[in-house]
Amino acid sequence: MNIIVVGLSHKTAAVEIREKVAFSPNQIEKPLGELIRLEGIIEGVIVSTCNRVEIYATTRDIAGGIARIKRFMAEYHHLPFEVLEPHLYSYHAEAAIRHVFRVASSLDSMIIGEPQILGQIKTSYGYAAEFKSSGIILNRFLHKAFSVAKRVRTETRIASSAVSVAFAAVELAKKILGDLSDKTVMLIGAGEMCELAAKHFLNSGAKGVMVTNRTFERAEKLAEEFGGEAVRFESFLEHLHRADIVLSSTGAPHCIIGPQDVKEVLKRRRFRPVFFIDIAVPRDIDPKVDAIENAYLFTVDHLQEIIQANLAQRSLEAEKAEQIINQEIGQFHKWLSTLEVTPTIVALRNRFDEIRRAELDKTITGWKEELTPDAERRLEALTMAMMNKLLHSPTAALKQAGQGGRVDLYVDALRQLFQLEALPHDNEELELEE
Amino acid sequence: MTHMFFFLTVALYGCATFAYLACLLRTSPWLTLWAGRILAAGFTAHLLSTIHLASKIKYLPLTNMQESLSFFSLAIVGAFIFFERKYKVTTLGSFMVPVALMMLIASSTLHGEVRQLHPVLQSNWFWFHALLAFVSYACFTIAAGVAVMYLIQNYFLKTKRLGALFQKLPSLETMDEISYRCLTVGFPLLTFAIISGSIWSEKAMGSYWVWDRKQTWSLIIWLIYAALLHGRLTIGWRGKHAAILSILGFIVILFTFFAMKHSITW
Repeated sequence: MNIIVVGLSHKTAAVEIREKVAFSPNQIEKPLGELIRLEGIIEGVIVSTCNRVEIYATTRDIAGGIARIKRFMAEYHHLPFEVLEPHLYSYHAEAAIRHVFRVASSLDSMIIGEPQILGQIKTSYGYAAEFKSSGIILNRFLHKAFSVAKRVRTETRIASSAVSVAFAAVELAKKILGDLSDKTVMLIGAGEMCELAAKHFLNSGAKGVMVTNRTFERAEKLAEEFGGEAVRFESFLEHLHRADIVLSSTGAPHCIIGPQDVKEVLKRRRFRPVFFIDIAVPRDIDPKVDAIENAYLFTVDHLQEIIQANLAQRSLEAEKAEQIINQEIGQFHKWLSTLEVTPTIVALRNRFDEIRRAELDKTITGWKEELTPDAERRLEALTMAMMNKLLHSPTAALKQAGQGGRVDLYVDALRQLFQLEALPHDNEELELEE
Repeated sequence: MTHMFFFLTVALYGCATFAYLACLLRTSPWLTLWAGRILAAGFTAHLLSTIHLASKIKYLPLTNMQESLSFFSLAIVGAFIFFERKYKVTTLGSFMVPVALMMLIASSTLHGEVRQLHPVLQSNWFWFHALLAFVSYACFTIAAGVAVMYLIQNYFLKTKRLGALFQKLPSLETMDEISYRCLTVGFPLLTFAIISGSIWSEKAMGSYWVWDRKQTWSLIIWLIYAALLHGRLTIGWRGKHAAILSILGFIVILFTFFAMKHSITW
């Protein structure tokens, strides 16, 4: 049995192509059904996110399976095959296992270490399990992928650092202010980045938000959105002392918060620290503020630097993750190999027994009168013993090969030498103990 | 027996120092866990060694430099274990455990003999005084360690050098809280230590305050921490300058401890 992967991702296809081949989760039953009805495809899972569309399947016929799935992707979405084909990649055997482990561990993501992809694969697998398109091998395979991803997450620091400005600001605030649950954020001015950061702060447990804006209506609207408090721009300095985190992004041509303001604010706060984030260009907060004790000023450039450093850190951690994946591939591959051993042994035994029984019947029919029931039993026992002796060493060798992972060779040779039938697909009872 | 426990303690503190310093370089939950366990084992051995010694000499081992250093080190480790459990600040160990180890090694190089106890020391007020003084010193030692960490972290934040060590160190708020807690526990203890010390002085020498070097410097220490606590409680004084004063207080403690001997006892 072989695992194959066919798909495309942000690395091979632009968004214009990706959106055309995306599978809608609402109607995933139809493509899943069609997928496993394809010739030679036994199990299938479809993963469709905005950055990748991939099909995981099991098949006996690698080349044929891959080709049929590629055609299926084009035909299902009514795309000319020649247009889609250059964007598609395909993997089989170990490379397929590695690919899926890497995707689940977020090593293949646009932003390495981003946490969504694992959830998306879990959802996709959920559909496949619901509509019974995945079977014993893909079930085991994806569960393994999930546990590998978990291992990567806990044993490396791949996802531990912030890689967006908003998130970096939250992380930094925690380093200065500790627990955010009793901290208040003040938003000065509007702007996408500022609002996003405010949302992140609230999600991280910040107590409340104050919003101020040159147009008071806008401030009120935003305050309502965040469940916060609107403050008039003319008097925002009066309220500044209540804020532990100040996010500023006005379009003002000059600084609106100077060192003297901050000194007074700190005195009113009994010197509890304040974290200023200046996202505006030109700047809203005088850089001299950073020289004041217990005031910490960061600009968008500082946050960008943090992000760059974190990204570099993630690449380093990704190397550790690759090592973990290498270990896990070996283990899974071994399990996949042993999966074929048992049915081959059964088939081989059946083949031998068939021959034995046929020959025995012939002999017994020819000798009917001369054979006592006792002799008949002895003949039966003799042939049985011969068969067992003959089968003993190949069986042992096969089991041994299963342990070592060189099993394909043996299985193929035995099937050809003894003309064994194709392995049963409905192998529900074949699951081996881990 | 005492020696055996003592050497076991030195060995375990040595391993713990190594483990806590390694915690600065590597992130590993396993390492953190074992650093804590080794230190706890070392603390137990240290405690047993101290108890064994006390039962052998029939008084608290606080009467000479060797005994006092060992007890100081024990109190520091005990206080650190308490704060680590409470605030989950492993990095504090990288600063405190080496200090405790150095004190213990210094103690082991000193000559110690079982000797006749000076009659003036045979007073319950003296034991009370000494015990309180060491626990308060341990609190101030932790406060100074946290202050050093605070200054490092503050430096990283102001210069925007947010590297691996910055990530390791606790948040400014956590450190501020620990240092405040140390102060609010340590200061009353120090006050009681000075009061019980002067009562003992009255009983032993007939005067509450004799203005010997030790008493004078104890008063200076008390004034430094009183100023720190007063500033904190009235105007919310905190941050860099409070940290520097806390470190200064600790330096004065060390100076008093090592250089200023009681005119009467030794």
